[in-house]
Amino acid sequence: MELWQEILLKTGFALGVISVVMGIAAYSVLAERKVSSWIQGRVGPNRTTLPIIGAIPFIGPFLTRLGLFQPMADGLKFLFKEEPVPGHVNKLYYNLAPVVAMVPALTTMVILPFGQIKDSATGVVTPLILANVDVGVLFLFAVSSLGVYGIVLGAWASNNKYSFMGGIRSSAQMISYELTLGLAVLPVLMWANPPGSEGGLSLVNVVNAQGTLWTAIWQPISALLFLVAIFAETNRAPFDMPESETDLVGGFHTEYGAFKFGMFFVAEYAHIVIGSAVFVLLFLGGWHIFPGVADPWPAGYIGAVLSTATFLGKTCCLIFFFIWIRWTLPRFRYDQVMHLGWVILLPIAIANLILNIAIIAVWDKFNG
Amino acid sequence: MPGKTKVLERKPLSLAERTYLPQIATGLKTTLSNLFEKKVTREYPEQPPPIPDGYRGVPTLVKDPNGREKCVSCQLCEFVCPPKAIRISPGELDETGETAHVEKGPEEFEINMLRCIYCGLCQEVCPEEAIWLQNVYSLSGYTREEFVNNKEKLYEMGGTLPDSHFKWDKKKSAENEGNPHH
Amino acid sequence: MSENGNGKKELVEIFVDGQPVKVLPGINAIEAAKVAGKEIPHYCYHPKLSVVGNCRMCLMEMGTPMRDRETGEPILEEDGSQKIGWIPKPVIGCSTNVSPGMHIKTESDLVKDCREGVMEFLLVNHPLDCPICDQAGECSLQEYAMDYGRGYSRYEERKNVKPKRTRLGPRVTLDDERCVLCSRCIRFGQEIADQDVLGFVDRGSFSTLTCHPNKELDHNYSLNTVDICPVGALTSTDFRFKMRVWFLKESPSICTESSIGANTTVWSREGTIHRITPRRNDAVNDTWMTDSGRELFNQVAADTRLTSFQIGGNSADATASIEEATGLLSKGKTAVVASCHQSVEEQFITRKIADHLNSSVYIARHLGKGDGLLLSEDRTPNTRGALLNGLTDNLPTEDLSSLAEKIDSEKVDTLLVCREDLTRVGLSEAQLEKVKLVLLDTQTSATASHADVQLPALTVFEKNGTFVNLNFRLQKFSQAVPGPAGLLPDTLILSKILSTLTGESFPDSPATIWKSLSQSNSNFKGIDFSSIPTDGIQLEKSAFDHIDFPEKQSLKYSPAAITG
Repeated sequence: MELWQEILLKTGFALGVISVVMGIAAYSVLAERKVSSWIQGRVGPNRTTLPIIGAIPFIGPFLTRLGLFQPMADGLKFLFKEEPVPGHVNKLYYNLAPVVAMVPALTTMVILPFGQIKDSATGVVTPLILANVDVGVLFLFAVSSLGVYGIVLGAWASNNKYSFMGGIRSSAQMISYELTLGLAVLPVLMWANPPGSEGGLSLVNVVNAQGTLWTAIWQPISALLFLVAIFAETNRAPFDMPESETDLVGGFHTEYGAFKFGMFFVAEYAHIVIGSAVFVLLFLGGWHIFPGVADPWPAGYIGAVLSTATFLGKTCCLIFFFIWIRWTLPRFRYDQVMHLGWVILLPIAIANLILNIAIIAVWDKFNG
Repeated sequence: MPGKTKVLERKPLSLAERTYLPQIATGLKTTLSNLFEKKVTREYPEQPPPIPDGYRGVPTLVKDPNGREKCVSCQLCEFVCPPKAIRISPGELDETGETAHVEKGPEEFEINMLRCIYCGLCQEVCPEEAIWLQNVYSLSGYTREEFVNNKEKLYEMGGTLPDSHFKWDKKKSAENEGNPHH
Repeated sequence: MSENGNGKKELVEIFVDGQPVKVLPGINAIEAAKVAGKEIPHYCYHPKLSVVGNCRMCLMEMGTPMRDRETGEPILEEDGSQKIGWIPKPVIGCSTNVSPGMHIKTESDLVKDCREGVMEFLLVNHPLDCPICDQAGECSLQEYAMDYGRGYSRYEERKNVKPKRTRLGPRVTLDDERCVLCSRCIRFGQEIADQDVLGFVDRGSFSTLTCHPNKELDHNYSLNTVDICPVGALTSTDFRFKMRVWFLKESPSICTESSIGANTTVWSREGTIHRITPRRNDAVNDTWMTDSGRELFNQVAADTRLTSFQIGGNSADATASIEEATGLLSKGKTAVVASCHQSVEEQFITRKIADHLNSSVYIARHLGKGDGLLLSEDRTPNTRGALLNGLTDNLPTEDLSSLAEKIDSEKVDTLLVCREDLTRVGLSEAQLEKVKLVLLDTQTSATASHADVQLPALTVFEKNGTFVNLNFRLQKFSQAVPGPAGLLPDTLILSKILSTLTGESFPDSPATIWKSLSQSNSNFKGIDFSSIPTDGIQLEKSAFDHIDFPEKQSLKYSPAAITG
């Protein structure tokens, strides 16, 4: 392949991945509204319709009742709304913040493998990934943590005490749970990289290591810690401190409206999508369909599509879990969040790491 | 009253309870089961709410079973109306018409629904049972003028009241047959 | 009846429900009870009509102090108090005149029982059509049924049917079913209006009020029968079904039809006058007024009404118009035409303007045929005001030919005309053409079409002020409705002209004008506008005894014997 072909192909891939992730993010907003209303005995969005598709007998009304066209209406609304900029804000940072929040969310997806393709002739297995970099997980953590800058920047630029409190909480919370996040994932990487292997920190490697058994099954503590930390990192309930409406009006985005608010909003859901995907990759076997069944799909494009579908399916289930949790649990108090992070999760994570190191050491000793 | 204070012993939490995880699981189970429950939402425009008896909706004018307009424009409703939403132009009925014996009727009858507070005093005060707050509860429009219901609109909304007083019909029959002036 | 040295009647003490009260001798029990603050309900009794006693509503108990027949000594109770000889059966209050020491009971069980019975009989054949009845709200039958009735009917037979909407005359419509046969209207025709056309026919419950065949109730006082009808039987054809009385605002006013100055009440709703009724003033009009006077409110919304300030026929700003008028008046050889239609205050300022301009004042008089009752020969309301204000020192002249001569001889080239159509009082349009004309009037006229500056005026219903009637009685009228948009009170316009001419500010409202008026004019000395009572003040008229006023005998006016 020529270089320009490669660039073109990668660009096409990148656009495809972005649109899929953004699509899922948009529809997870819908899913949030639908699931919350179902849980609460309501119907949820069921009115928005499209002129032609909505008129198709049975299917049109069915899709309308599902609220399938709602995200388009929401997006258009955000686009066309008047965009008031409060007089008391720092204009540059105020405008910059949503972008800063959005960029990390979109950047992290380059290192996410979402399937694999098996060449039917050679039997070579290639992971479907935009950039299969060795530092994978490290890159992921590094970039996704930058998301908090968008929030803090927006909060500070808003020049509003509620926003500011939201931003402060957000940064404190991120830092607190980043530790647990990292410590929880270390055992997984240690197990996935036995001595002599060349896996590095690539997520492809982690997934491949789960061909027989999913990490979540034999590393439940790591999985739980990681899950809780992911909730906190994505600012999801019950850890939605930065925007807790009851005490902070709207939190960091109090002063935002229209499309800028929309970008915060989408970034948040993109974080959820990527968080779910990472959890699937690390703990739920990635594109391996069942524990013990390692990628049963035939070679060629069909297998590639099926493996991607498996991965996306799992991700969607996890997004549903995120939503489900949100409409089940009440929000923590801020001090409880801090307590949980530093006093409970962090020690457990360290203990878990030490335990795993010990086990690996003993394992190596006897199997050495 | 320290003597009356009863200190309740709190059961120490078990380890499972302290992890909080079983409780979360129970909560998740509850919400999940609710996910599949029947929805309680009334989908309003398609499913109108049931209107209870005595509901005070938009005031309307009614006709009697013979199609005679019941209102005689006594203007008591106009007088009693707290927000002054009612405006009546009284007039004399055609002396040769079917309802000549009633003598008086409204030439125009306007109820400004932007003013109306649905108190029902007009219905209560009406000596002819001509004005009724019926079950129309939803009004919408683009101009203020659309919210002023005129006589035609009021009768259209009001329809016929199946009452059996026939006060004026009795009067007419008395005029025709009973105790005539000689 | 005894009279003391002052010629005033001595009051007699009677007892109403045990309460002692001093009343004028000779009045009847209804009036006496009114003095004591008690109401005796009545339908047929009217203070200005003869007593007939046919409604029986005013039944009450009555007793007089007992005296020994032989010695004349008072008979006392065992406890030493005067023994009262109660008449065993109830008597009617309207024809019972008070006597010293008389006792009446207005609230005893017997009385209540009687009233209930009378109400029941009156309502037996009543159609109960209050919702369509114009009297509703001011109906004695309604009020007494509520206060003294039993509240329900025991009558199960078919009600009598009587004629409805009978045309009695051009202005009165009769609904016989509502009639309670009080005969007030019949007595009014016999005693006041001198047209005895109404009467009862048939007997018993078929008794019916009717008009004499081939005659009509068409005298100029016919609408008074509507006023005195205690129920809704007689209705004004004009006011019939127009508006419920409880919506109407009552404003005290004065009739401008003639120099009688009948006291009136103007009934209006939201700036629209619906009717005019007489207001009782025993010194002026009792409780009556003419039918023609009741129609005067039509001028308010007449098509001919002047509604804009104009300079040279073009609409102009009020301030600019007044400036223009002042400029014309101050430059030319000016004459002022005042009017007896102006109020006392307006005449006062007009006088001041004339004084300042050193111009002579002309006033025309408007005479008509009097009817000897409440329509006098002088058809202006304020001729006496013009005299008192010194606008003229004798009667206004029949026409203004002297002014016409001056215009012809060019001694006058500018006119300020107030409330007058000059073409009707001896001036030709050619003469008007010659002069600069500033007109202050309410209606269009031939004069208005020649006006260089037209200042629209307000009618009597739209402003406050005073008139002096033929008996030199100063009477106040109040604003009933707001004037047309943009119009100013006459006093304000005249006062602005005056203050622009003189360069000094001048009061512009009746209340403030009166302060100046009462100081500068001895005729009005000591009178304050706000303290003029609703029934007016009698002014000193001896200074004008020498004038031969055109009015002949009327209800409350006798022409003074001409001295010398």
